[in-house]
Amino acid sequence: MYVPLLSISIWLPIAGAVAVLLLGSRRAELARWVALGVSLMTFVVAIHLYIGFYPDHAGMHFVERMPWIGAFNSFYELGVDGISMPLILLTAFLTPIVVIAGWEVIQTRPAQYFAAFLLLEGLMIGVFCALDALLFYVFWEAMLVPMFIIIGVWGGERRIYATVKFFLYTFLGSVFMLVALIYMYLQAGSYSILAFHELPLGMNEQILIFLAFLIAFAVKVPMWPVHTWLPDAHVEAPTGGSVILAAVLLKMGGYGFLRFSLPITPDASQSLAWLMIGLSLIAIVYIAFVALVQKDMKKLIAYSSIAHMGFVTLGFFVIFATIANSQDEAGAMLALQGGMVQMISHGLISGALFLCVGVMYDRLHSREIGAYGGVANTMPKFAAFVVLFALANAGLPGTSGFVGEFFVILGSFHASFWLAFTAATILVFGAAYTLWMVKRVIFGEVGNDGVAALEDVGRREFLILGILAVSVLALGVWPDPLVEAMDTTLRELLAHVMESKL
Amino acid sequence: MESIYLGIVIAPLAAAIVAGLFGRTIGRAGAHWVTIVGVAISFALSLVVLKDIVIDGAAVFNGTVYQWAVIGDIRMEIGFLVDHLTALMITVVNFVSLAVHVYTIGYMRDDPGYQRFFSYISLFTFAMLMLVMSNNFLQLFFGWEAVGVVSYLLIGFWFKRPTAIFANLKAFLVNRVGDFGFLLGIAAIVLHTGSLDYATVFGRAELLDAESIEVLAGRQWSVLTVACICLFIGAMGKSAQVPLHVWLPDSMEGPTPISALIHAATMVTAGIFMVARMSPLFEYSEAALSVVLIIGATTAFLTGLLGIVQNDIKRVVAYSTLSQLGYMTVALGASAYAAGIFHLMTHAFFKALLFLAAGSVIIALHHEQDMRRMGGLRKYMPITYWTALIGTLALVGFPGMSGFFSKDALIEAVHASTTFGAGFAYWCVLLGVFVTALYSFRLLFLVFHGEERLDSEARAHLHESPAVVWAPLVALAVPSVFIGWFTIEPLLFGEFFADSMLVLEEHDVLHEVGEEFEGSAAFVLHAFTASAAIWLALAGAIVAWVLYLLRPELPGRIARRFAPAHRLLVNKYYFDWFNENVLAGATRGLGRLLWSVGDRTVIDGAIVNGSARGVAALSAIVRRVQSGYLYHYAFAMVIGLAALIGWLILRG
Amino acid sequence: MVTVAHYLVLAAVLFSVSVAGIFINRRNVIVLLMCIELMLLAVNFNFIAFSRLLGDTLGQVFVFFILTVAAAEAAIGLAILVVLFRNTRSINVDEMDTLKG
Repeated sequence: MYVPLLSISIWLPIAGAVAVLLLGSRRAELARWVALGVSLMTFVVAIHLYIGFYPDHAGMHFVERMPWIGAFNSFYELGVDGISMPLILLTAFLTPIVVIAGWEVIQTRPAQYFAAFLLLEGLMIGVFCALDALLFYVFWEAMLVPMFIIIGVWGGERRIYATVKFFLYTFLGSVFMLVALIYMYLQAGSYSILAFHELPLGMNEQILIFLAFLIAFAVKVPMWPVHTWLPDAHVEAPTGGSVILAAVLLKMGGYGFLRFSLPITPDASQSLAWLMIGLSLIAIVYIAFVALVQKDMKKLIAYSSIAHMGFVTLGFFVIFATIANSQDEAGAMLALQGGMVQMISHGLISGALFLCVGVMYDRLHSREIGAYGGVANTMPKFAAFVVLFALANAGLPGTSGFVGEFFVILGSFHASFWLAFTAATILVFGAAYTLWMVKRVIFGEVGNDGVAALEDVGRREFLILGILAVSVLALGVWPDPLVEAMDTTLRELLAHVMESKL
Repeated sequence: MESIYLGIVIAPLAAAIVAGLFGRTIGRAGAHWVTIVGVAISFALSLVVLKDIVIDGAAVFNGTVYQWAVIGDIRMEIGFLVDHLTALMITVVNFVSLAVHVYTIGYMRDDPGYQRFFSYISLFTFAMLMLVMSNNFLQLFFGWEAVGVVSYLLIGFWFKRPTAIFANLKAFLVNRVGDFGFLLGIAAIVLHTGSLDYATVFGRAELLDAESIEVLAGRQWSVLTVACICLFIGAMGKSAQVPLHVWLPDSMEGPTPISALIHAATMVTAGIFMVARMSPLFEYSEAALSVVLIIGATTAFLTGLLGIVQNDIKRVVAYSTLSQLGYMTVALGASAYAAGIFHLMTHAFFKALLFLAAGSVIIALHHEQDMRRMGGLRKYMPITYWTALIGTLALVGFPGMSGFFSKDALIEAVHASTTFGAGFAYWCVLLGVFVTALYSFRLLFLVFHGEERLDSEARAHLHESPAVVWAPLVALAVPSVFIGWFTIEPLLFGEFFADSMLVLEEHDVLHEVGEEFEGSAAFVLHAFTASAAIWLALAGAIVAWVLYLLRPELPGRIARRFAPAHRLLVNKYYFDWFNENVLAGATRGLGRLLWSVGDRTVIDGAIVNGSARGVAALSAIVRRVQSGYLYHYAFAMVIGLAALIGWLILRG
Repeated sequence: MVTVAHYLVLAAVLFSVSVAGIFINRRNVIVLLMCIELMLLAVNFNFIAFSRLLGDTLGQVFVFFILTVAAAEAAIGLAILVVLFRNTRSINVDEMDTLKG
């Protein structure tokens, strides 16, 4: 029997969002359960995507295709490959966690809150499986709306500034992307992304298209110097918003590079790889320094996210230098795989860290590092989780944080010694800023009366942190299933990218 | 056999998980039983392996447990390599660990974090076993970092103490600097051999030497040298070699059992083990061997000197550890890998013994660590005294004790070496013998002999430590005395390490030393006539006796007389000052600068909010056109109309 | 002989007078309304002149339309004026700048 799995995983949460909205905040308890049920069902559907996925089969799986806007030759076309499937799984995995995390915490307009997250989930999955550029663009932009609402309604004090900054930054980026998409539509006669991959383009066209995509995706990743919206958005967003923002929304940029920039404009990517590598290294080193001096925990984790996402972009674009300097396909595959694994792993780890900050914020209503100290005395279980996630963030082998960094550093060594050297500084700096924060927040004598009165994590919090801890460790101890699922697709991608379109 | 190998690593891991996650359920006794049983199983199994490999001469096992990831043609696997070196290491690690586990029952008796502590030390044992049993670089790095993390947790075990959490962060970061080099070394190897597997990599070592890499512009270096030096940077971090040694003395903030287990016997020797394991690589790079030799010699001598001016009992032992690690490193640099591992083994026993003895003193005095408030403890704590004396004699190289064999063989090997820097290293290790004897006997005299400088309350409660504390001391004292006598011949001059280490013929210094070797007894006698070391050690002991027992006012006068030198030593050559003020200060300063100028002023201030302000300013100008007066609008309309018509007409 | 040019000149003069009235007058909204009427009248003049010249009555039909619209417009204008005066106690054009940006 044919089951449109992808459509279900997109529209089920959206329908759930409508249902939750209709229930309204007066029946908040029911709304919560519906939201949890729908998000769990979506996760089950996403697991089926993984089960039904044939890692050896290159190309798209679960393809659906229906006419959508005939006048523009645009189709409702969905499909997943090794790049998008793990990201969909990540999205579907984190949404129930976010729902549980907000369970009792959100008291103002709870139904709307959960509906926003369900809507966001559907739209994000839509972005990852759209194979039609117009459809992709619609999901891409629509995704901003629930996020805008989440930060703007349930956010902190400066939420308006943060939302406007977030919206303008990302919107500015995507407008350029739209121009590029329309240009390619005029060339190709359709909006099919796969057709764009095969579209012959001259060097000048490629450069312009690449730059247009770059603006859109660099803002999302975010790359230096268009990163400053992220710390503000994170600081003001509610915990769930931060989790989704860091864990999934940032991955849109990386996904865009793999789905659009690299295959559509391979020659421009190659000739501008120096720029991308440079920006990535700046993100890794510069941001590490900046993260070191942050006084706000969420800001620190946000900056750390930027540095870790620098590894993603480094991995994606160092492949040209790797191939050029060592003719070694394995090195390039290492870098590509590293970037992808880093995206998944960063989703888990940064999400977990934001949840940890949320746990503390729910109790003391402060994100300042200085407002804590000696939390381990009153919250020993929680402290164990924080230390675990902090070490994972610092790239400890045995946790998922290590895998991506390891691959990317190995891959970039193939390109140049100094490239790997600079990238590897994250080993020292990443540990420095993360563990220094742990030292000031978790260890030490009880800092103040507020900390002395803290209660350890409840069953609900223990559940979500425990699930994340297990997945972080599992991915670190045995990354093979993930790596294997992506292998064929990335190999195809690499072969495609290395073939000049000129 | 495979299941035995798995059992060796899994038993302590399972114990650690049980004690860590269910500590409250199983209670304090449950926690120490489960972990002790776990490590005991592991120890028993490692004895089986040792017998199997050494006595029965089983073949080297090199197998995969599971596949971690495959990328391109690079296979990343988790697997075990069990040969003579591994068998020896796992036995030593498990033996010391078991002794420490038992000792901990007494030492941590009143600590609220009892279960947590046992969980950590079992976890540590697991990590160390993974490290030494690895058959590939990935797992090596895993174990490498994992021991670092457990050490981080354990140094900061008393997380309420500001000094402890400062020390653990420092230890982790300094280790990370080493790991940074280590990772680059691994990357270099993977790049040029396409494999993480030891056997494959070692098989291509000579090819690596032929390839070159441009690290500095215009300078072509052999890949092998770059890789080896990078790997050795990792070893410098773990094995605390100058200048990455700064974390080890501070790590004494952790509980004493940890100082014995991690910071004397096992983790710090990981670097030594690693270089010995990589001997098929290091052998082909003269430059890397010279670096190893010189760094090791510097560490051996300089850090030994620091031990003389320390007053904290544990810190004296810590500096002694640094110095002895330097000795081992020197042996590696001289290609006497077996001598390095031999010294590692004897050192593991007697240094763990010394630490645990120091711990025994510390608990007897209710956590007093300052030697200036000790003295004359011999009659109160006879067992501790005698075991500490054995440890000290072994450390200084008293003829016949384990430390004598390893150290003397090591010095002879360095003497025979022709690697660049060997002359310098020889003098360093020789003078180091005098220094070692001086600080070791200083400790012994200040703590156990002389006048009692205790306060009256401490004296009232003073008594020998309980059996769980002294039994491990005795257990460690036995091998500290005898192990050298029996093992020197097979380990150094036999074929013991033939399957695990490679020494090129032109570097084979141990062979030269071995030509004169005619049994352990002859070696002892020979030392009296031919070796300066034994007389230097005696001189050190005598000087210590004069300074600290006969004329106790002399040290103060010497310190005043040579004030600048004394200040240099007390400030530990200003390494800490440099790191804290210059490196850490500059990093934080740069961070603040980048944040306030780069992010907030330039990007956010000038570009992001600046563009918003620009739009606002522009519209402030443009809005003036919107005067609100009807006649202005009408005028604009007329002008516009006229202009439009004019344009239409003129255009024709 | 009165040619169509004379009519056009007259219409142009009327138009200019009304434009000048709109710009120069700063006091009275009623004068503004009257000027607009005058402007429409100038347009009507042109329509009639060309209608006669071309022999096409359509122009004269337009004039009637414009007259009707102008009447309606004057009525609405005056009504607005009355309301305005009630609110502001003034019909001074210079004071009416609520559209200011």
